[in-house]
Amino acid sequence: MCGLMQELKNRYLSLIADAADEAAIEDLRVQAVGKKGEISLKMRELGKMSPEERQTAGPALNALKDEINSALAGKKAALADAALDERLRSEWLDVTLPSRDRRVGSIHPISQVTEEVSAIFADMGFSVAEGPQIESDWYNFDALNIPGHHPARAEMDTFYTHRGADDDRPPHVLRTHTSPVQIRSMEANGAPIRIICPGRVYRADYDQTHTPMFNQVEGLAIDKDISMANLKWVLEEFFSAYFGARVKTRFRASHFPFTEPSAEVDIQCSWVDGQLKVGEGDGWLEVLGSGMVHPKVLQAAKIDPDLWQGFAFGVGIDRIAMLKYGIPDLRAFFDSDLRWLRHYGFGALQVPTLHGGL
Amino acid sequence: MKFTLSWLKHHLETDATLDQIADALTDLGLEVEGIEDPAAKLRDFTIAKVTHAEKHPDADKLKVCKVQSDEGETQIVCGAPNARAGITVVLAKPGTYIPGLDITIKVGNIRGVDSFGMMASEKELELSDEHNGIIELPSGEVGENFADWLAANDPAKVDPVIEIAITPNRPDALGVRGIARDLAARGLGTLKPCEVDPVAASFKADLNVSIDEDTLDGCPVFYGRLIKGVKNGPSPEWLQQQLRAIGLRPISFLVDVTNWFTYDLNRPLHVFDADKVAGNLRVHRAAGGEVITALDDKDYTLQPGQMVISDDTGVESIAGIMGGAATGCTEETVNVFVESAYWDPVQIAYAGRALKINSDARYRFERGVDPAFTPEGLEHAVRMIVDIAGGEVSEVIHAGRVPDTARAYKLDAKRVISLVGMDIPESTQRQTLTALGFKLEGNMASVPSWRPDVQGEADLVEEVARIASLTKLQGVPLPRMTSGVPKPILTDGQLRQQAARRTAATLGYNECVTYTFIDREAATLFGGGDDATMLENPISSEMSHMRPALLPGLLRAAARNQARGFMDMALFEVGAAFHGGEPGQQHNLISGVLIGQTAPKDVHGAARPVDLFDAKADAEAILRAIGAPAKVQIMRGASEWWHPGRHGKICLGPKKVMAVFGELHPKVLSTMGIKGPAVGFTIWVDEIPTPKNKSATRPALAATDLQAVDRDFAFVVDADVAALTLVNAAAGADKALIADVRIFDEFIGGALGEGKKSLAVTVRLQPKDKTLKDAEIEAVSAKIVEKVTKATGGVLRG
Repeated sequence: MCGLMQELKNRYLSLIADAADEAAIEDLRVQAVGKKGEISLKMRELGKMSPEERQTAGPALNALKDEINSALAGKKAALADAALDERLRSEWLDVTLPSRDRRVGSIHPISQVTEEVSAIFADMGFSVAEGPQIESDWYNFDALNIPGHHPARAEMDTFYTHRGADDDRPPHVLRTHTSPVQIRSMEANGAPIRIICPGRVYRADYDQTHTPMFNQVEGLAIDKDISMANLKWVLEEFFSAYFGARVKTRFRASHFPFTEPSAEVDIQCSWVDGQLKVGEGDGWLEVLGSGMVHPKVLQAAKIDPDLWQGFAFGVGIDRIAMLKYGIPDLRAFFDSDLRWLRHYGFGALQVPTLHGGL
Repeated sequence: MKFTLSWLKHHLETDATLDQIADALTDLGLEVEGIEDPAAKLRDFTIAKVTHAEKHPDADKLKVCKVQSDEGETQIVCGAPNARAGITVVLAKPGTYIPGLDITIKVGNIRGVDSFGMMASEKELELSDEHNGIIELPSGEVGENFADWLAANDPAKVDPVIEIAITPNRPDALGVRGIARDLAARGLGTLKPCEVDPVAASFKADLNVSIDEDTLDGCPVFYGRLIKGVKNGPSPEWLQQQLRAIGLRPISFLVDVTNWFTYDLNRPLHVFDADKVAGNLRVHRAAGGEVITALDDKDYTLQPGQMVISDDTGVESIAGIMGGAATGCTEETVNVFVESAYWDPVQIAYAGRALKINSDARYRFERGVDPAFTPEGLEHAVRMIVDIAGGEVSEVIHAGRVPDTARAYKLDAKRVISLVGMDIPESTQRQTLTALGFKLEGNMASVPSWRPDVQGEADLVEEVARIASLTKLQGVPLPRMTSGVPKPILTDGQLRQQAARRTAATLGYNECVTYTFIDREAATLFGGGDDATMLENPISSEMSHMRPALLPGLLRAAARNQARGFMDMALFEVGAAFHGGEPGQQHNLISGVLIGQTAPKDVHGAARPVDLFDAKADAEAILRAIGAPAKVQIMRGASEWWHPGRHGKICLGPKKVMAVFGELHPKVLSTMGIKGPAVGFTIWVDEIPTPKNKSATRPALAATDLQAVDRDFAFVVDADVAALTLVNAAAGADKALIADVRIFDEFIGGALGEGKKSLAVTVRLQPKDKTLKDAEIEAVSAKIVEKVTKATGGVLRG
């Protein structure tokens, strides 16, 4: 019995080791341990044996069966691995081929900068107010202390809307600044108030540095005791946060009909090799007009100038975008040249935040 | 406004340097726009003496000179005919830049002789056109700086010209004296007196002046004097030089006097040739239609009401704006009538604008000259004319009265400090106002007659602040309105626009900002272009109408990009469109266009032409991002600029349209210059309802571990049956059990026959409490077929 089992074992292990494919393995399994396989038949003979014989033959046969099964499984796995290796060897691709193209979108610099400005002023308690782009001359001029004959009206190169022959009202204007939004906001909400008013504004001017439409953000803060010194601090904080460097400002006396006193504001800058750098050097660049809101403007907006005071300012969004991002030509902002949009645009998820950086 | 430094010093006693003056002007609100300093380019030239000169050994016209300079004796080869021993010359040493030649002098060797510099001519130093020889100075020490010598001996040659910008509120600074007054108030010197010794009258003029009753509000006062026997001709050199320095052409002495006082004292004057004036002068309003040839030799037709000065024959002068050519002074004038009048700024502004005349007189009168100075200004001019050109002067002729501009405002020193945020002592405030010509009685400040802009207390604050210097202002933190972390500030609408914008960019669209005004043709194509949205004064016909939609601007942009060779693109814009010409008749839109292929052609064969389902997907993605309800209706019947069969409106009901997507009408595209088809979408942001529930809390997730079952059905329906109708019918078969219905195949025609199509849907059944049995699945399936058949008339495909 023992010799026979040794012979079975050797024969099948040898056959299994030589098996060429999964089919051969299956054949061997049937021959050896299948229902009518050699080892299975031997196991059936156990019943005819004496208990003593069974005691040695039983475990031995079981062990043999296990060993054959395990050899079958091992060989089967080895064959599968070899087959997979062979398949993978044939599955070669040129990975330097280009990937499938995905369109990459972009955010326009005006939108990006508007969000940057909003983020900074939101932190100082300013909300964002909006208003009509076609305005009555009252909101655009009269309420801002610019009466009809005022030279500033002519100097603003205002666009007027058409009036039919039977309409004798004064023509409306395309707002020349976002100041009318200040008036409307004060009328609606009263004082105290802190707002910025970003948006499109229009002046009939077109040359190297002017476009008939551009973007502006104005700011307004009215309270009991706001001073021009507060304005200076707010603007310096704003410019420093916006340009990411400590920026000094210089106030120069000026005149706007809607503020008194009025100041032109310069920011500190340097020109090195034709490159402008904000926040360093001893040069000054004029960027902003500002002042303390004129009592007549407060009155026009139904706010008592004896109780309330505050500042207002206005700055070009396109202009500060050009300064920060080194964009050379204002006219290109509105041309929608794909090359420009991709080059100067911002990623969809580059959302400006104070904690993440502007 | 231009003036020279010496002109300023005519009114201001000062030791301040040019730089100090320029800085102060800008800081005071008189912004310096430019300074032309002729001395700046002459700083490197020094005075030298020629000690010896002899003919060049190899050149007949050249001389070899020994020149004594501050650095000792040097040798210079010179070609000037006047180069000779003994003369005092202007020396350029090697390394000096010669402005008139635009070169820098180097050590040279001229025909074998070394030359160490150059002796300059006037032309080479841009002092004049003189180039016949080198400069020979009548005085000067060896080594003396030439610019300093000029300043001492011929100051007009190196008189710096300063140009400043004048804000509309400062007419007084349109005269050099007003500028000097500001600088004196700042502490940069002392204002010199400006008194005049009136010329005594020697006769009574036979010329009279009257102002019509209806013109007194425009011309309250008119002064004049007749001067007989003047000798007109070129002005004295100093006067010509000053006028030339500020860019005015000297004409004749009498005319130059009026121009000079216009700039010197902001006192525009007019001179009539009295021999050409017939009878008396009358200030009145034009009847309309009169034609006058003005001093610029152009003809102007007057409008009714415009103020004029006439003699007995007709209109001779456009009041306060420009005189007439017929009575103008010439070199031959011997009898002159000098006019000094005050004209109302508003009336001059309107008349000047209507006549389109820009003159120095109009510019000043419309900003406001000093009315009280009218008679005195006349005396200044008469004095100068008589002193230089002689003549006998008549008694003063005048009509009307100097208007009363007296007014006073309270100086609230505390309020000044509170508004400006600078600690300016009350004494300083009072001192400032006094220096500017205000008269203080108690705390009331009377405004000087030359400051029409000062109209209230706030103006006093401005005067005090600007003289104190805003440059010195120190920032003071603005206190927060609330303590702690700032609250969010964006409105729902603003957040939505932001989300929409960033979603579109994520989807691969490039954001554009196009002009709000477009051409009439494009506006008309998109439902606009009417007169209500038209500009009266567009900058060009390409920008004549407010846009009724964003698509035309985007399509024009797309056409420009196609012309540059970019055929595939995705563009979008977020902004306002206009449905009328009244304030507020605007609405916010988001539009996108897709043109060309989805991608460049590639090895994967993934690129295909864009189609309306791309636009639909993008519109849906943006709607989702801005919180639009998911359950929508798709309807047809949008505006005519869409392809009639290939567009859809995404609606919450027949009247609540949130968006439109589709293919643009081919005719519209060809008019807009687009090559090939284009698809796009428009979203009406403000139409999307805001969620009622503002809570941050989400409902609990109802997920089950029971396996979902998918069942596929194919229905044959009429070709015009909308897929969404079928989907909705199927979904309605068992709302609790059916989690999702998706169309996964559409097949048109073929074996199905004309006018038929097959739509295949997969329906997902999601049990919630126990696993589905076959019988239950069969029951739901039967219900689905029944519902679909009822809703669409279709049959289950065998």
